[in-house]
Amino acid sequence: MSCAIHARDLRFAYPNGVAGLNGVDLDVAHGERVAVLGPNGAGKTTLMLHLNALLTGTGRLEVAGLRVGEDDVRDLRARVGLVFQDPDDQLFMPTVREDLAFGPLNLGCSRPEVEDRVAQALATVRMTEFADRAPHQLSLGQRRRVAIAAVLAMHPSLLVLDEPSANLDPRTRRELIETLDAVDRTMLIVTHDLPLAARLCERAVLLSAGRVVADAPTHELLRDEELLAAHDLELPEGFDLSLVTPR
Amino acid sequence: MSGGSLHSVGVAGDPASPIHRLDPRAKLIGLAGITVVAVSTPLRAWPAYAACAAALAIVAALARVSPKTLWTRARLVLPLVLFVALFVPFVREGQPVDLGPVTVSQEGLATLATVSAKAILGTLSAVLLGATTSFPDVLHALERLRAPRLLVLIAAFMYRYLFVIADEARRMKAALAARGYAPRHALQAQAIGRVATALFLRTYERGERVHLAMLARGWTQAMPRLDVLSFTRSDALFLTVLATPLLLVRVIA
Repeated sequence: MSCAIHARDLRFAYPNGVAGLNGVDLDVAHGERVAVLGPNGAGKTTLMLHLNALLTGTGRLEVAGLRVGEDDVRDLRARVGLVFQDPDDQLFMPTVREDLAFGPLNLGCSRPEVEDRVAQALATVRMTEFADRAPHQLSLGQRRRVAIAAVLAMHPSLLVLDEPSANLDPRTRRELIETLDAVDRTMLIVTHDLPLAARLCERAVLLSAGRVVADAPTHELLRDEELLAAHDLELPEGFDLSLVTPR
Repeated sequence: MSGGSLHSVGVAGDPASPIHRLDPRAKLIGLAGITVVAVSTPLRAWPAYAACAAALAIVAALARVSPKTLWTRARLVLPLVLFVALFVPFVREGQPVDLGPVTVSQEGLATLATVSAKAILGTLSAVLLGATTSFPDVLHALERLRAPRLLVLIAAFMYRYLFVIADEARRMKAALAARGYAPRHALQAQAIGRVATALFLRTYERGERVHLAMLARGWTQAMPRLDVLSFTRSDALFLTVLATPLLLVRVIA
């Protein structure tokens, strides 16, 4: 059976010589939710861009049944949805509705189908009443939900999110977690937010200096304080992992 | 850059008015047409200017856009437009008119009056278009009227990111002020230059990220459109009713 992600010895160096990925091996099965943890500069975002062939390094990478770098990128981008960290980078159309329609229209969907997908995706993130607003009229939390909807409207089989909870207030963050929890997709969540990872993902990989240094059930990995500390990560003070029900 | 003036733009008046509901192409052609008539009218053909003004007044009344709204918005553009016209009486040759300390030419004054009339009419047409049509709709109309796609795309991105960049500029200005920056003479303005550089670089980087995000959603050089515009009988009627008297007056005057 094909994997959602199958990476072997993935390497990538930026033009200035900085190594982004330094031999990443990773397998993600269909239906899994995996958190990608790691300090700043560990290569998390670089890895994410590889999943959509926006960067291409050396090594083997298969995503959603397609060989990255060989098969059609259009297919790949239809199957793998990336949610960028800053929703302002992702929402570039004048209104929310048009932004959500952007992906499906690029995929060549018919108009009624696009309308359907837009309505469905807006309902999933509970933003239906904001369809005709301009992105700059929304709060950060709302924009992030719209950015997720914009990707969901493409019906990807794999959803990749970059720091979905960054800069959100506690309540908006909780609502976002609930929204994501209701999405039934294979998910890769790149994050610093360890409690979010504990709540949403059954498995976590720790990326450091461009390689996977740990791969374990999330709760097990987060309990290893020494490992976390060695890679500049720590659970928030007073956070009790045992109170979070593992997925 | 003041965020206030950015947020005071947008559709005004009664969104359900017959003017607001017209196809954006009809409004764009109609109001741009008024501008063209005003601009192409020769000096001293005052009836044509009056007809343009009347047409604008009727459109504004139908759309229930108040004179106050028109004035507040026109006020932002008009000084710039009129500034150029102000010099005409001084440089134009002709019969001298003594105005206390300065002497101007009579022809120059007449030119000033007509240039101002053209500028005011043109500005009001644009303001009225903006008050009755959302910016995305104007862009859509331009696209359908086969305006160069690249220009429409640039305008669309400018509109989308103006607010983001204005926000960034405001934050940087606040950060400067928070560290005690209060320039008293020109030499201290250096920091402003650095802010501008930083802003430019950030915008450039953002452009790259936006491009990646577009590619990630399957972008292939063309901007897809969800809504289809429909040019109906009322749009044709609007254009006919607007154009016929204006052109008549323009030809006769």
